[in-house]
Amino acid sequence: MSGQAEFSIDEDEAGRAVLRLSGPYLISTIGKIDQDLLAIDREIAEIDLEAITEIDTVGAWVVCQLSGQHDAEISGASERAQRLVSAVHTARNDADIRPPQRPLWEWLPAHMGDLVFKAWRGIVNVIGFMGQVLIACGNLIAHPGRFRGKALVRQMELVGVSALPIIGLMSFLIGIVIAQQGAVQLEQFGAESLTINLVGRITLRELGVLMTAIMVAGRSGSAFAAQLGTMKLTEEIDAMRTIGISPIEALVIPRILACTFMMILLGFYASVVAIVGGAVVGDLMLGIPFWTFLTRIEEVVPTYDLWVGLIKAPVFGLIVALAGCYHGLQVRGNSEEVGLRTTMAVVSAIFAVIVLDAFFAVFFTEVGWG
Amino acid sequence: MDQPAQDEHERFHGDHPIVVEGLKTAFGEHVVHENLSLKVNRGEIIGVVGGSGSGKSVLMRAIIGLQTVAAGNIDVLGHSITSAEPDDNLGVRCRWGVLFQGGALFSTLTVGENVEVPIKQFYPDIEDELLHEIARYKVILSGLPEDAVSKYPSELSGGMKKRAGLARALALDPELLFLDEPTAGLDPIGAAKFDQLTKELQQTLGLTVFLITHDLDTLYEICDRVAVIADKRIIAVGTIPELIESKHPWIDEYFNGPRGRAAAHGKVSATNSATGVDIQTDSEA
Repeated sequence: MSGQAEFSIDEDEAGRAVLRLSGPYLISTIGKIDQDLLAIDREIAEIDLEAITEIDTVGAWVVCQLSGQHDAEISGASERAQRLVSAVHTARNDADIRPPQRPLWEWLPAHMGDLVFKAWRGIVNVIGFMGQVLIACGNLIAHPGRFRGKALVRQMELVGVSALPIIGLMSFLIGIVIAQQGAVQLEQFGAESLTINLVGRITLRELGVLMTAIMVAGRSGSAFAAQLGTMKLTEEIDAMRTIGISPIEALVIPRILACTFMMILLGFYASVVAIVGGAVVGDLMLGIPFWTFLTRIEEVVPTYDLWVGLIKAPVFGLIVALAGCYHGLQVRGNSEEVGLRTTMAVVSAIFAVIVLDAFFAVFFTEVGWG
Repeated sequence: MDQPAQDEHERFHGDHPIVVEGLKTAFGEHVVHENLSLKVNRGEIIGVVGGSGSGKSVLMRAIIGLQTVAAGNIDVLGHSITSAEPDDNLGVRCRWGVLFQGGALFSTLTVGENVEVPIKQFYPDIEDELLHEIARYKVILSGLPEDAVSKYPSELSGGMKKRAGLARALALDPELLFLDEPTAGLDPIGAAKFDQLTKELQQTLGLTVFLITHDLDTLYEICDRVAVIADKRIIAVGTIPELIESKHPWIDEYFNGPRGRAAAHGKVSATNSATGVDIQTDSEA
């Protein structure tokens, strides 16, 4: 038996062309011969399958195509070949493999319109979600017994306590970097001692809270979205509704409260650790003793800097939690959506936090807390 | 040309395309199979039944090389699956098709593209035009409507997903077909049609079918033999009448329980009046 599919053309007694196929006509051998078979330019009256050793539906399909193209009859087919040819003959299909695509000039405006409508629906949904949260808050105030204390404590642990090591490490390093880089620049003016002002004010006012918010968005905002999204997919949220538990009260409110409250503590903690990091650099590189650095912080940083940070922190926490829960509850359909919504939750939370931070900066300067 | 290359284009002509001998599989301490043996005859539809968690799917995964085996030997189409490195089995891998429980279609590709994936993987020298033609007729052979070929899996119903999965399993014209609970989650009409399709394809394409099922109707309708897994091994293999005679308590409860009797009764009345089959062909057309 030869391992190749082959063909030859000769003429029978009546002078008609006969295509004789031989060897295995299988999916594994057809690739080499298919183009040659299609390129036959003379009229074939008969296709002889006598010498075919093996055939599968792909071979049968090619035979069927050839016979249709040349209007040729098939002869010498084994019982199996006959069966396969008749099976694929009735399975003709002219549909496209890809869904039909619209031309660019049609697709582009349609796509932009889609985006606009989606953006509008998004705004409506966000407002609706805020409304739901407010109503749930009202209900909880009216019926404090329904409040889920355990869930709140659990979320506070997840959002706050377990984030302490990573946020501590991050803030410590940021403190070190600010002090070290600041000192290099300030040295040019002979003002290394102002490094203390730099570290103290920038961490308490801006970076401590901002970096913490970004970290919490990445850690907890994404977790909220993925958890709620998965619960939505597995119909757990529908199950809660049928039992009479409001998912907003049971799932969203504890997360929002935990995130808002823990952001205050985490933001303050991050600022303090960053100042300690700066003090370490001061001690090792600038010759400012560690305790002197900390005492000077008290003298050079106005108290309102601390308030600026502490006022921003809960707002950022609220935004991160709202974005995470909102996107989680928007999950529909399949698991791909969970990933998509988780990404959107983190991106939109960080974006909103940075935009709001800019507003806060302007606002606090205007009110004289510059 | 050397010997293996010839083998590549030859169908399996032995009597037993699947031979499992002394199989032992375990997850840590938990032993799933112990000294399990099974021989599948060429050209038959063998149904594998067993309680939930008895290791039906694990057996299938072991046979297709997805599950590491603690002891024993598995030969598929004359090649040992257990003793060879996974990459050595590529030649055998293209000779079987698997339909997973949920269909396991690639969700970012259309049905047609799903069918093309294994063909492109194993036979990159096939021209695009022929490739598309193959994908199209496989979709029709699997009993899907023409336009399903350009649809995404998320646009299909459960029954259509199963059929699309079957089309992909049949993409390489396999000799062996593994079906993991093909009728689970289908309505009775869809399930009956799927059974019929399996039987038709098995006869037309000359397939050997390894079918895991909980569906008693499927067993009665299309299975030539049934293998029963219990107590970590195959306790019996045979036709349904043979198994019904069995004294084993699990088999007795399985076939002579209320559902088993109902399925048997349905089969008897269907063959007596022949209406069951008529109605199926009617609604298919």
